[in-house]
Amino acid sequence: MSTPGYTADEMMTTCAARALRDGMTCFVGIGLPSEAANLARATHAPGLVLIYESGTIGAKPGWLPLSIGDGVLAETADTVISVPEIFNYWLQPGRIDAGFLGAGQIDRFANINTTVIGAQYTDPKVRLPGAGGASEIAACCREVIVVVRQSPRSFVERVDFVTSVGYGSGPGDRERLGLTGAGPRKVITDLGVLEPDPVTCELTLTGLYPGVSIGQVRAQTGWELAVAAQPAVLAAPAPAELAALRALHAMTPGS
Amino acid sequence: MAQIVPLADAVAAAIHDGDAVAMEGFTHLIPFAAGHEVIRQGRHDLTLIRMTPDVIYDQMIGAGCASKLVFSWGGNPGAGSLHRFRDAIENGWPHPLETEEHSHAGMVNRYVAGASGIPFAVLRGYAGTGLEGLPGLDGQPAVRRVTCPFTGESLAAVAALRPDVTVIHAQRADRAGNVQLWGITGVQKEAVLAARCSVVTVEEIVRELAPQPGSIMLPSWTVSYVALVPGGAHPSYALGYSSRDNDYYVAWTAISRDRDRFQRWLADDVLAADGQAGPVGRRAGEVA
Repeated sequence: MSTPGYTADEMMTTCAARALRDGMTCFVGIGLPSEAANLARATHAPGLVLIYESGTIGAKPGWLPLSIGDGVLAETADTVISVPEIFNYWLQPGRIDAGFLGAGQIDRFANINTTVIGAQYTDPKVRLPGAGGASEIAACCREVIVVVRQSPRSFVERVDFVTSVGYGSGPGDRERLGLTGAGPRKVITDLGVLEPDPVTCELTLTGLYPGVSIGQVRAQTGWELAVAAQPAVLAAPAPAELAALRALHAMTPGS
Repeated sequence: MAQIVPLADAVAAAIHDGDAVAMEGFTHLIPFAAGHEVIRQGRHDLTLIRMTPDVIYDQMIGAGCASKLVFSWGGNPGAGSLHRFRDAIENGWPHPLETEEHSHAGMVNRYVAGASGIPFAVLRGYAGTGLEGLPGLDGQPAVRRVTCPFTGESLAAVAALRPDVTVIHAQRADRAGNVQLWGITGVQKEAVLAARCSVVTVEEIVRELAPQPGSIMLPSWTVSYVALVPGGAHPSYALGYSSRDNDYYVAWTAISRDRDRFQRWLADDVLAADGQAGPVGRRAGEVA
């Protein structure tokens, strides 16, 4: 296989950016989600409304902020509101189209753990940061997009702790729990894209990056992975997408 | 009416061993200098309350100030783990740390209830998550269910937060102790109004507060102590006065990962400092 001219992370970020449509409102976390959302805004979705949990609505950073509260977010926002307001008035009623989440662990029903690794909450093997805004983003955004690098450690049969609910233990669980948003519609990894099966809600491999095999994805998944009849081969990053992504990085102070 | 006093006097008067202390500031306006003064004064057995413990509580936990922590997201924003926080929870160093954990939505509503003088808040949250089953610091469930008396809907209930002391940093105060802050104002207003006592460090004290778009004003009679500490948010920032020192946050990872290196940092950058100038001018990257 020849060298593709882009990295797996660049492919993943591009794929995540493409999942956002122009004019959407998007609740953005720091890291890969912020990178993808800013790439979308710099390319096909100039009208994307970026909302950070620090209370900055309509932020338009020219580079990638390190934190959700960097000054550039407040200085470029349409409005800056308090943190109680962002959660109560904006997220909770379902005003926000898409929420972007990362994951420490994710399971076949797209439940996410960012709290503790290990069977015992009180005696964790690894203490992760915790929920932050994620639990309610997963519950209340109209849809959720998950961006996470794939490995058997991160894609597990059962998450050690449910920080953010995907589809619980299967069909009907979101409705029973009263979760108002549709839940995770895409899980975008460094190998391809998984989407919930419309009937079983189980994450199913529906898209592969160029040069990635189904076997490779299976090897990086900790459960017997469902695979669509014919997974699509997703387009490699276009030169314009790559250029825009690299420009964002180049503009970022300290990069 | 707020008293305008030196930072060391404000901390000595307001914060006592065993207190429940909230030091808020959502990435912006984090009261680092006040946190360092608490360390210098050797406060211990504190219940530290903060949505995002951030580097400030990583430092205070590592220094042994806290026996309990109430929080909703314990990472170093954009840079990875808080290793002193993790070391306390995973290994009990320097001593065990009891925790009560929420989501951000839960924490903000706990402050709102505290500021509102009501015993609990309701929200559409927590449903189906492991957080709902966790005990609070009192051993009882920290999140409970209430049924809406109008619609019958089941909602999450969380108890009001009533810190003994809330500490924040703001851009400026006037000579009467009225406080003004702007930019990302987080949950500071609610945290001050929820607390029995409050300490505000400020970038400057002016004769008169000029109107500032999007600002919050805390009247002097809602604040206990104001202390002038220019740069007192570093490595966080004060919009209009300083920029977030992202290099410090990135460099903190290596300092906090190693107990010995952390203790050298503590001795050199906190315990040896006089506290009046604030921790400005020295960056984490320059520390051995």
